[in-house]
Amino acid sequence: MLKIKDIHASIDGKEILKGLNLDIQPGEVHAIMGPNGGGKSTLASVLAGRENYEVTAGTIDFDGKDMLDLSPEERAREGLFLAFQYPVEIPGVSTTNFIKTAVNEKRKHLGQPPLDAVAFLKTMKEKTALVEIDKSLLSRSLNEGFSGGEKKRNEIFQMAMLEPKLAILDETDSGLDIDALRIVANGVNQLRNEHNSIIVITHYQRLLDYLQPDFVHVLVEGKIVKSGTKELALELEEKGYDFIKESLNATAAV
Amino acid sequence: METVITSYLDKKFDELQKKDNDNKFAALRAKEFGRFQKAGIPGYKNEEWKYTFINNLFKKEYKLDTIDADRAALQKELTAMKLPGSENANELVFVDGHYAPELSSLLLDNGQLNISSLSAAANNEYKTLVEENLNQSSKYITDGLLALNSSFIEEGIFILVKKNQVIDKPIYIYHLNNAVENNLLAQPRSLIIVEESAKVQIVEHYHTIGQMDSLANEVMEIVVKENAIVEYYKIQQDSPNASQVGTTHIRQVGKSFVHTVTISLNGGIIRNNINIIMEEAGNEAHMYGLYLIKENTHVDNHTLVDNTKPNCFSNEFYKGIIDGHATGVFSGKIYVRPDAQKTNAYQSNKNILLSDTATVNTKPQLEIYADDVKCSHGCTVGQLDPEALFYLRTRGIGLQDAQAMLLQAFSSDILEQIKIEPLRKYVDTIVTGRLLPQEPAMAL
Amino acid sequence: MAEELKMLEETVSKEYEYGFVTNIETDVINKGINEDVIHLISSKKNEPEWMLEWRLKAYYQWLKMEEPTWPNVTYPKINYQDIIYYAAPKKKPKLGSLDEVDPELLKTFDKLGISLSEQKRLSGVAVDVVMDSVSVATSFKEQLAEVGIIFCSISEAIQKHPDLVRKHIGSVVPMNDNYFSALNSAVFTDGSFCYIPKGVRCPMELSTYFRINQENSGQFERTLIIAEEGAYVSYLEGCTAPKRDANQLHAAVVELKAMAKAEIKYSTVQNWYPGDENGKGGIYNFVTKRGICMGDFSKISWTQVETGAAITWKYPSVILKGDNTIGEFYSVALTNNYQQADTGTKMIHLGKNTKSRIVSKGISAGKSQNSYRGLVRAAKGALNARNYSQCDSLLLGDKCGAHTFPYIESKNKTAIIEHEATTSKIGEDQLFYCQQRGIDAETAVALIVTGFAKEVMNQLPMEFAVEAQKLLAVSLEGSVG
Repeated sequence: MLKIKDIHASIDGKEILKGLNLDIQPGEVHAIMGPNGGGKSTLASVLAGRENYEVTAGTIDFDGKDMLDLSPEERAREGLFLAFQYPVEIPGVSTTNFIKTAVNEKRKHLGQPPLDAVAFLKTMKEKTALVEIDKSLLSRSLNEGFSGGEKKRNEIFQMAMLEPKLAILDETDSGLDIDALRIVANGVNQLRNEHNSIIVITHYQRLLDYLQPDFVHVLVEGKIVKSGTKELALELEEKGYDFIKESLNATAAV
Repeated sequence: METVITSYLDKKFDELQKKDNDNKFAALRAKEFGRFQKAGIPGYKNEEWKYTFINNLFKKEYKLDTIDADRAALQKELTAMKLPGSENANELVFVDGHYAPELSSLLLDNGQLNISSLSAAANNEYKTLVEENLNQSSKYITDGLLALNSSFIEEGIFILVKKNQVIDKPIYIYHLNNAVENNLLAQPRSLIIVEESAKVQIVEHYHTIGQMDSLANEVMEIVVKENAIVEYYKIQQDSPNASQVGTTHIRQVGKSFVHTVTISLNGGIIRNNINIIMEEAGNEAHMYGLYLIKENTHVDNHTLVDNTKPNCFSNEFYKGIIDGHATGVFSGKIYVRPDAQKTNAYQSNKNILLSDTATVNTKPQLEIYADDVKCSHGCTVGQLDPEALFYLRTRGIGLQDAQAMLLQAFSSDILEQIKIEPLRKYVDTIVTGRLLPQEPAMAL
Repeated sequence: MAEELKMLEETVSKEYEYGFVTNIETDVINKGINEDVIHLISSKKNEPEWMLEWRLKAYYQWLKMEEPTWPNVTYPKINYQDIIYYAAPKKKPKLGSLDEVDPELLKTFDKLGISLSEQKRLSGVAVDVVMDSVSVATSFKEQLAEVGIIFCSISEAIQKHPDLVRKHIGSVVPMNDNYFSALNSAVFTDGSFCYIPKGVRCPMELSTYFRINQENSGQFERTLIIAEEGAYVSYLEGCTAPKRDANQLHAAVVELKAMAKAEIKYSTVQNWYPGDENGKGGIYNFVTKRGICMGDFSKISWTQVETGAAITWKYPSVILKGDNTIGEFYSVALTNNYQQADTGTKMIHLGKNTKSRIVSKGISAGKSQNSYRGLVRAAKGALNARNYSQCDSLLLGDKCGAHTFPYIESKNKTAIIEHEATTSKIGEDQLFYCQQRGIDAETAVALIVTGFAKEVMNQLPMEFAVEAQKLLAVSLEGSVG
């Protein structure tokens, strides 16, 4: 589904990703962990098409399409979803209208007719239950005045509405208390199936306890330096990132 | 500067004075014409006119008198310019700056509302009211334009909203200007007294017929008494050859509440002076404005909140979206006099430029002579928030639609302040239509 | 903290301490301005013909101009024929030999804390000292010359480096820029000149100390600083004057030029005599200061602490001509008694990716009036220009005024300009908190004001930050009733 080959990316002339490779098959959940500044959020931004990140080398293939050619909205319509680490507050834009526009843009792209009001409301109702989001939030301006947990839940709610092929959860667990974390994780789990894939970017084991990733990758200084199964995450939790660095240094020294 | 033509006004003035020299206003007019001759047309060097150059408007002669136009034709134009909700409104009409009672229609009776020509009021039981309150604005605006309006006071409108009357039918004031054959200088004048515990909504709307140039030099004075509530709306959507300089001078003489919304969408050079004078303690005023302009339209919102007494609150919020070769100007002053302790005043002006040829000049000012105050202002000039745009795009919303969405959101908090529902919807539709990308987007 | 407090305690009760007069023989010309006076000034300074012509040209332009009335200040009309345009201490030392300086002068500057004798000099600071109309001494000249830096009085520069002066003078502030710049161009008597060659980082702070001594004289100094490509200089000026009942005019012009990748940091601690508590006397400080970031990636930063002068009218500005240039303005303006200040800046964005930042802290006490006036302009070509302005005013007492007059002009849709301003009085809860901890009201006010001004004070070179803080405290004296 997603093939990232030797990607190099920089911001303001500073290289952050330095030859990153990643291959994701349908139905898989990949966790990406690593210390701050390692390039985790840069990877999310590059995948979503944030403009101030410059890809200087490498390719990203998304279901047979060269993703780097696509605008952020085209990527979204193709089925990529980024749950933001810091969801943006947009005063004056109602959450419902926003999601309706997004859903119908995607349908238009897929050659489907727009959802009528009844069908849209029905879908909304189903999905709100899924992520246990308070309906009153949906009539308010997008993310404006939402608590941290509400914002994250709103991200997962949008994910539910847009049914992406590939979802990237960028530190969705940060700033969440244990209940909110459970709700968010449940929502994500219910959206999982054999066709779609998820990239979970996180610092901590606790979200992974709920999500049970198929693979765990460690991203350090712009490269994936170690990959493994969910046990790797446990090891990281226990020993910290230093042990990776040490083993890297040891390798380098050889 | 030299080419400004005003000498023909001398003759017009003499004619007017001769025509009715026993007129109540003759003395006032004479005094004000003297002021006009002395002050002249303000230029760049006048700090209050730094960003709005109107000399070019005075390089031609204008006709001042109303034309005996075909009544049926006028009626037709008037019907065309009517605003939604007019069926539930008291409608007053100015034609070429002169009050036209025969075209006006009232839904309320004398017990609630007294509406007459200004000259009639100056001669009847409201004589003292007129004497005491007319032309108080000249204490604040000393430029030639206000004086020019006062020099030609003839048939203005006088409105008295009587004590304890909550007027649920708004007053729509239509300005119909005829510039078919001649350049027109329309100088509407009105005086509105809102008595104790009364409530009124006033809406002004402008329409110019014809391709010649028009200049509306308007003065409206509103006196708001104890416990009264006044809402004031100005909808500017005239043709590019129609310019206007309007002063709305609101005195809150009793502890009262004032709410103004100025919407500027089209026109030539538009200057809106709104003065709010807090003459009693505990006053509250809210001023909002949206200028959504393109082509060569120039809009200058020039506001003053003068806090003369303690414990007053004012909140001012203007937003501009400027496209084409248009220019948006905001100049707001909060003035806090030594006695006006515990003043709370806020001012905000936000602008978005859409084209490479658009200009914005903004000048929010605080002038504070009392210490126990909370005053702040902020202004921004810039583009749409790139982070918000990106967020929308990652949800599959195209760039143009995302921009339109954000611009609508940007203007929505001003439009929400229009409390006459049909009017709000009407303006909302125009704004939405203007902001949507060429290809019609999905109905929201 | 404790040290800070002690320092404030020491100084809070002091009044203007630089108000003494030096008894020194002075060469003074007659009052008034006319062509002959300009000829006389020029000949006393033994100037070349072009300089005289330049002065005369400025004089004719000045005659045609009108004194500005737009600042938010009021003062009786100045009689320009009642001012002495040239006053110089006699026995002017031969350049380079400080031993010949009049002992009275040395004493004066010792008292001002500016030691001219070699062994007592402020370490690491080169000082040019200007008394009335002339520069009396410049220190560390030789050391600076070794790295190619020229630091001398402008009179000396006109003699020794005429090409440099001729090339740059009036190129940032044209002589007819405004009424006072025209007057200055006609009659300027001295000031500092500073030239940092390509790639040189000035090894020490450069400083000019201005002192008005002579009664009824005006001070018209002119400073020119040029930083060639990649050069860096930090420059500081200080000023004081004796207490006198009559007002005195100070109309200076400062021009800064930063070529590509150069940086100029210009700091001012302005402590002219502010007049007495009844508003009598004091300096009229009408100054034009402007810098231009000529080359790409250059930076000009103005920091000012304004506590003195009866009336201040000054707007240190930056023209951001080169691409990726940066302009900064940090200001603390404190007014007390009957002082009036109308000060701020102009940031003119012309080049691409230019940035500017304005931080202005106004403190009004007594019966004073304190105005911030600033212009931010993004011209058509100023792609991605960015400005952020923060203007805060603090009111101490209910007889003073604090005013904010920003002007924001944008012709570029990619420019982002943000301006925020607040006005408030000193928090009663803050005061009470301090008092409850045993700090008296006046000290508490000084503490709070210091905190309010901290962001700007942090921009000052270390050696002067302490002095400037003391100054703030002193200037507040008597502001708490």
